[in-house]
Amino acid sequence: MSLEVPADLEKEIDERITHYPVSKRSAVLPVLHLLQHHFRYVNEEVIEWAAAKLELEPIKVLEVVSFYPGFRQEAPGKYHIRVCRTLSCAMAGSYELMESLCEKAGIDRSGVDHHNPIAVSADGTYSIEFAECLASCGTGPVCMVEDDFYESVDDVDALLAKYA
Amino acid sequence: MSAITYKAGKEPHPNERRIIFKNVDREGWDQSIETYEGEGGYDQLKRAVKMEQGDITNEVKSAGLRGRGGAGFPAGLKWSFLPPNNTKPVYLICNADESEPGTFKDRYIIHQDPHQLIEGMAIAAFAVGAKLAYIYIREEFPQGAEILEKAIAEAHDKGYLGKNILGTDFELEIYVHRGAGAYICGEETGLIESLEGKRPYPRIKPPYFPAAMGLYLCPTIVNNVETLCHVRHIMEMGGEEWSKIGTPNNTGTRILCVSGDVKKPGYFEVEVGKVTMGELINDMCGGLKDGRSLKAVIPGGSSAKVLRADEIFTVGKGDDTKEINIWDIPMDFDTLAACGSMAGSGGVIVIDDSRSISWVLNNINNFYAHESCGQCTPCREGSLWMKKITDRLVADKAAPSDIETLDAVARNIDGQTICAFGEASSWPTESFVEKFKDELIADTNPELENTPVNAEKELAAAGLL
Ligand SMILES: Cc1cc2nc3c(=O)[nH]c(=O)nc-3n(C[C@H](O)[C@H](O)[C@H](O)COP(=O)(O)O)c2cc1C
Ligand code: SF4
Ligand code: FES
Repeated sequence: MSLEVPADLEKEIDERITHYPVSKRSAVLPVLHLLQHHFRYVNEEVIEWAAAKLELEPIKVLEVVSFYPGFRQEAPGKYHIRVCRTLSCAMAGSYELMESLCEKAGIDRSGVDHHNPIAVSADGTYSIEFAECLASCGTGPVCMVEDDFYESVDDVDALLAKYA
Repeated sequence: MSAITYKAGKEPHPNERRIIFKNVDREGWDQSIETYEGEGGYDQLKRAVKMEQGDITNEVKSAGLRGRGGAGFPAGLKWSFLPPNNTKPVYLICNADESEPGTFKDRYIIHQDPHQLIEGMAIAAFAVGAKLAYIYIREEFPQGAEILEKAIAEAHDKGYLGKNILGTDFELEIYVHRGAGAYICGEETGLIESLEGKRPYPRIKPPYFPAAMGLYLCPTIVNNVETLCHVRHIMEMGGEEWSKIGTPNNTGTRILCVSGDVKKPGYFEVEVGKVTMGELINDMCGGLKDGRSLKAVIPGGSSAKVLRADEIFTVGKGDDTKEINIWDIPMDFDTLAACGSMAGSGGVIVIDDSRSISWVLNNINNFYAHESCGQCTPCREGSLWMKKITDRLVADKAAPSDIETLDAVARNIDGQTICAFGEASSWPTESFVEKFKDELIADTNPELENTPVNAEKELAAAGLL
């Protein structure tokens, strides 16, 4: 196994696991979140490392990774964007927002459904996917860039400029 | 205590009664434990740990608190379903998945008043005998998760969590568990599977009612964020007193979230049943956009059946029934059920006459097709076919008989599945077809009748022509 997990990250992971005194397996999601945050996506090596850490068969980790939209199996761009697709945001213009974000960020989303595969800009700076209702339906259209949340988005240039 | 003021432009509407949202958008308020304690925070926990566990459950029962997560199930009754003479550990889970489309209330509690939730959870945990509790929060609330963890650490330092809480032998740890972007994790048994580190496949009920067989197959209480916050206020006011808020059988306040075609969408905490749909839309949300008229309202999250603007509803019980129009519907559990829909999660989506019903239904069907967990064939296949048919509809490629097929697909899902997602996904289609059939059919093309869908194109694409 060639995956290099920094010592402080492993320490954080070990601490997380203590939150589940009854079953280590419960820590699959938090461990994957920490690993994905660091490595940007969850590949086979990450899965194997997590499985070894939690004393699970790798398939038990893979079945989780492949189910949840929150885990990515391919590399995203440097800044990953999620646009809410659901009704209230769509009524407020989220499909138009998606289009203009793609245009300005140089992303071709043709042939992409939701997040499969993740659409990445040619230069690798941005990637984008649709997300379902982000629980801010009164201030649509909403989107997230990495962990930052944006409401009533209308100025796409200004938004992207923050992540250059 | 000086009068409460709110941030400019965020003042509550006069029709509101702020209890849970008292500190949301409040001037000078922050999430720190000192601020919370400064206004009586954790005083109710201090009282609770000196009470009999059963007495707290009784207060919650006499309050008549109904769950705010969707089903409106009485919280005190749920707690009393814990098996008597139980020897296994009991767990408490706070459902902070907030993923029902149209719902945005738990977000503000978590982000702006986290200690209110933690105090509510600590009281609930004491009442049900839980020593370990989890807050299952959706992954898309990263700041929310951080804020909660910080608040938990503060509460720990002050002795409100951990061992020997407030000098008693009550102990409790609360951990924050983040989801990973799947709506079905909001369903309580799917949530539990997810918390066990698995795919969130909902469990079949019976036997897997969480109160009997929940997390790690132990008795588990799952409650929504807003529900758990109410517990703190029930303690403060007393169940009887609290039950005077709202209307009979629909007690307390609840937060309504309005989105869609109104001038000022937003969140409003109101006494349940004391505000009508008309007051909500016209007074509190500034009315419809200029020149527009109301077409439909989805009153309780996208899973709730749609109400048509010109419907007449028969409400009330026994000899006391009357006919009302959409504007006069009091926003409570029982009336919305009598109107053939539900109060659900409190997410009210307003649709005006500029919208195409086919487009709205297609958007909703896309959601459910994407979020079905795939365990049950009717749900997995049906949700996808409902999406495909409405995809055709919005692409001008549907035939009139497609609408009947659409309806038939929906009616073969609900009641046939493991979890209530089956109803959640089929009720929109069933109600839209029932109430807007003419409009849906008007979007179809009779010339396409008896034409296999895209047959030539698909065969050609597959190299078979
Ligand atoms: C498909 C589906 C999604 C749900 N999503 C949520 C949710 O996001 N948040 C929530 O609190 N309850 C949700 N529920 C309801 C929960 O299953 C459960 O009834 C609720 O958390 C219980 O809390 P309460 O009694 O306090 O309302 C959902 C139910 C279903 C069937
Ligand atoms: S009804 Fe749908 S979401 Fe629920 S268990 Fe069955 S397939 Fe999964
Ligand atoms: S519909 Fe976009 S946040 Fe709810």
